Amino acid sequence: MTSAFSRLRPDDKPVVISAAFIVLILILGTVYTLATQGTAPLFSPNYLLQQLQTGAFLGIVAAGMMMVILLGHIDLSVPWTLTAAAMMATAVGGDMALPTGIAVGVAVGLINGLGVAYLRIPSMIFTLGVDSVMRGLMVWHTGGFAPQDQATPLMRFLAAEKLLGIPVAIFVWLFVSVVIVTILGRTAFGRSIYATGNREAAAYLSGIRTRWVIVGAFVISGVCAAIAGILLAGYSTKAYQGMGNAFLLPAIAAVVIGGTRILGGRGRYVGTVVGVTLIVLLNSVLSIMQMPEAGRQVIYGTVIVGMLLVYGRDKQLTA
Amino acid sequence: MSSKLANLASSIRQNRAFAGAVLMLLALFVLYNILHPRGFSSAVLIQNANESVAIVFVAMAQTIPVLLGGLDLSVGAVMTLSACIASVLVNGSPLQIIMGMVATLLAGTAFGFCNGLIVVYGRLQPIIATLATGAIAMGLALFIRPKPGGDVDGDLNWAVTNSLWDFVDTYGFFDPDAAWFAPVAWIPVPLLIILVFGAGVWLPFRRTVIGRTIYAIGSAEGAAYMSGLPINRAKIAAFTLAGFFAACGGLYLAIQTASGNADITQAGAYTLNSIAAVVLGGTSLLGGVGGALGSLIGALILRVISFYFRILSIDPLLQPLVEGLVLLAAVSLGAVRVFRIKNRLDLFR
Amino acid sequence: MSEHPFLQLTGVSKYFAGTRALESVDFACERGSIHAVLGENGAGKSTLIKIISGVLKPDTGSISIDGMPVDYASPADANAAGIVCIFQELSLVPDLTVADNISLAQPPRRFGMIDRRAQREIAEHLLARIKCEDVDPNALVRDLSLSRRQMVEIAKALGKRPRLLILDEATSALTRNDVETVYGLLADLRQDNVASLFISHRMNEVERLCDTLSVFRNGRHVETFAKGEKTDGQIVRLMIGREVDAQFPPKPAPTEHPAHLRVNALSWEKRLKGASLTVGRGEIVGLGGLDGQGQKELMLALFGVLRGVEGRVEVGETSGVPGDPAIAKQAPRRIALVPEDRKTEGLMLPMSIADNLLAASYAYVSVGPFISPALESQAVSEAVARLQIKIGDPQDAVATLSGGNQQKVVIAKWLMTDPDVILLNDPTRGIDVGTKQEIYRLMRRLADEGRAILFYSTDYAELIGCCERVAIMYDGAIVAELTGDAVTEEAIVAASLNIHAGAFGVTQ
Repeated sequence: MTSAFSRLRPDDKPVVISAAFIVLILILGTVYTLATQGTAPLFSPNYLLQQLQTGAFLGIVAAGMMMVILLGHIDLSVPWTLTAAAMMATAVGGDMALPTGIAVGVAVGLINGLGVAYLRIPSMIFTLGVDSVMRGLMVWHTGGFAPQDQATPLMRFLAAEKLLGIPVAIFVWLFVSVVIVTILGRTAFGRSIYATGNREAAAYLSGIRTRWVIVGAFVISGVCAAIAGILLAGYSTKAYQGMGNAFLLPAIAAVVIGGTRILGGRGRYVGTVVGVTLIVLLNSVLSIMQMPEAGRQVIYGTVIVGMLLVYGRDKQLTA
Repeated sequence: MSSKLANLASSIRQNRAFAGAVLMLLALFVLYNILHPRGFSSAVLIQNANESVAIVFVAMAQTIPVLLGGLDLSVGAVMTLSACIASVLVNGSPLQIIMGMVATLLAGTAFGFCNGLIVVYGRLQPIIATLATGAIAMGLALFIRPKPGGDVDGDLNWAVTNSLWDFVDTYGFFDPDAAWFAPVAWIPVPLLIILVFGAGVWLPFRRTVIGRTIYAIGSAEGAAYMSGLPINRAKIAAFTLAGFFAACGGLYLAIQTASGNADITQAGAYTLNSIAAVVLGGTSLLGGVGGALGSLIGALILRVISFYFRILSIDPLLQPLVEGLVLLAAVSLGAVRVFRIKNRLDLFR
Repeated sequence: MSEHPFLQLTGVSKYFAGTRALESVDFACERGSIHAVLGENGAGKSTLIKIISGVLKPDTGSISIDGMPVDYASPADANAAGIVCIFQELSLVPDLTVADNISLAQPPRRFGMIDRRAQREIAEHLLARIKCEDVDPNALVRDLSLSRRQMVEIAKALGKRPRLLILDEATSALTRNDVETVYGLLADLRQDNVASLFISHRMNEVERLCDTLSVFRNGRHVETFAKGEKTDGQIVRLMIGREVDAQFPPKPAPTEHPAHLRVNALSWEKRLKGASLTVGRGEIVGLGGLDGQGQKELMLALFGVLRGVEGRVEVGETSGVPGDPAIAKQAPRRIALVPEDRKTEGLMLPMSIADNLLAASYAYVSVGPFISPALESQAVSEAVARLQIKIGDPQDAVATLSGGNQQKVVIAKWLMTDPDVILLNDPTRGIDVGTKQEIYRLMRRLADEGRAILFYSTDYAELIGCCERVAIMYDGAIVAELTGDAVTEEAIVAASLNIHAGAFGVTQ
């Protein structure tokens, strides 16, 4: 057992351990439901699909966040990029709803990328400021009230309908995942993200346009947040204030639990998917157990620290 | 004398960002009082000071991990946890009240200490470790106070949220109308609390070997190691002190509002604002440069900006927009140096 | 006086990732002696001093001080035992003041707090002792020049009251006056019975200062002898070992090379002052001179890294300074740069060998917008074969390779782009003799294929052995060009100091 564990490639460890932990969560949850209700909903395909449908929103946000974290940066503007895209999409409505929402994501991503790559302002603070600006613009736009605009039928379809018995949102997540995996593994841009995240000076001296790489990653993050916002608005039939607030920290946590180094340069997309699944299922099992919010927060934090203590430790400092 | 002046000049040059923040705060505050319909008054000052204490303490808390080159995403949650503890403990007999306050501060400090242990011995990146421990702190806060509310001693609330006159009057230390007391009687107690706890703890701490080690780690960790500085102890101390300052903020918030509220959104907002305040106050997010007094100023700048919305007929809905733009403008000013760099390899350091 | 030497190492060995850095070394250091440690790069000198000063722990063997075995866990423990090292990589904290740095770990205290007044007095006293009264104790170290920082480093070491002082190339960044001061200081310390270990590449410095010399080669302690026992030639032979002959491939017969890279009056900031140079196809042009005369900046300017470069640059038919490395590496210029520091500028150390090899040439292994796995693995295995890089699996982290193989990866990365102009910034620094010879042969082969090579080296022997023509830089300009038989050590040294040959008859 221990030898099998030590033979794992370092990149695979987080994926394998998180996946094992997911199974553990499902088993513990089922033991609980069998004992209290005599049923095992956790292993019913419908239940799992429903969980993955809500997981899709987080999954898409985390996919974009991962691009930025791979560079050693972070995107704190996700909550209000997501909200702004949803609000603009519903406000414009009609056929232009989706393009408008995506355009919001692109625009925010461009601003973030330019500030971080060209002005070299730490992303932590620049995206925080952009988030605040977006919040201000949206509060101004809506007058602080819940907007009355309705999601378009297409948005409803993408977020809440089913195709072949499977929620469409899962297909959207799948599509985003395929795009991200292709970018990271099979394009010069994706490889450049890893190179730049590891050591920007060396990447630059290899003739990689590192500033464009940074801008590109932030644009992807913005677009992913926008897609998640459009879906979420479709799911709840309208956009609402603060709809993105619940996504920022879980997205970062999912990426890191999946084995992506918070300082950049290393991480695999499959890990992020596993991390998202872990967080979503953990939440749903806790809600089945009717765990109060207090207990959820404690368990949530303990799981992150625990997982990272197993495989996310830095090397010891010498010289 | 002239050498003293030269020292002062060089110290201002070395702390340009701090000096800029002080000037910005002064300008904003003076203009605010000029524009205020009733002009400067002690009552307004007291109200302003009251509303600033919590964010000032949380910003100072954030400064210390940032000086290490890290970040503490749990400061807002620890502040909330402390406020919830205080809302349960700070009442009863004077002795009970004092014990309650001490217990609140100890709890926050202990939480910071645990953060430090996880970062040092777990070898986790501070930003991600504190993201997780922040959730734990919120969970504990919710256990203590599932619904907003609480019972905080009313006298204490009145005494520390008003002027020094009221403080003396409440507890009857001496005749508050004594002539010798008059020149200082108007001073708001919250302002004194900031100065006594903030400056009184931070300035001495900065002059200890541990305090210096924190700067050295943020500036050049390898050099700090080579020089035999106590690196692990300094990192633990940094997070512990951050916990202490966050607890100060929480304790005051509980006394001021006479309640505790385990509000996740509010805790997150305090954490993010603390980062903004730290940067506005001239502390580098890369570590090694800056200080908690700068963050004190930075937090006050954020607060004063929000006061403007009350006295001017600006739509308060614009507040986040203006705050965001001010933050972006301030950090972009600092980015001018980027265009003076002639060797592009220097951009990546 | 005790019968034991102050410091004694017995059977000390140290390995890094399987490669030997030190092999059963016995070494002793006497009180009141200035002891030189000589050896090539990679001979084990820096590992030796890191072990003595507590930065590294030996894998085997023991260390004793005053005859008592010691086992320190950190540099602080070594400091406490009186062993103080002045490192090449500075141990100063840039954001603290000079006074803070001098008393960094053990400041004077009052009531538990640092006594700044006393600290400044200590700093003033120590700075005065090394004649650096001009350094303001309240200045930030960040704002000091490199030579002042080095002096602060020396003051800091003195403040620890050393019983053994180690100077690792501590004089390399100093001005002439400072060097004299340090010499005087070392003589004083010897009077006080302090032992000094002196690591330097400058033979004349060693001759003048030291009383005992030890030579290291390939991680072994070869010999220790008193000054004057051996001639310079004998010492050099001890350092190099037997493989001194025939380490360079034969030079081709002199021919005219059409100029391919033409640099005219290149200026940048205060570091380049009208440098002019040409390199022809099929030619290896050496770039020499003392360290830091603008050689690095010249290469960075040609590669598009520097902003605000003035002057003319032509590569083939293309003129103009490239705007960034991405432009420089593309057709029509096709320039490659092997940078100075391979660990931070040449490689992404935690990434795989394959990823590092491909970092400059994604376009060459792509079909349409997508990287082709087949082309990719083919390109990687070709590159590995072409440079005979010794690796296990191309997916291993490049950090697991030895220094020499790492440098080969950097070079192979650039050869994948099929460059016309190759800029080599000290490519053999810190790598073993065998790999060095491979690189020399490779350079010759690349030149024979018709590429233009500009080769900067701090090692004169390399310039003499590899280059048809050597351009010497001094203070940001090319002050001399030596060709053919005129490329001699005397000529290079003289030109490096910007004096005419003949006026300076002494070799190193």
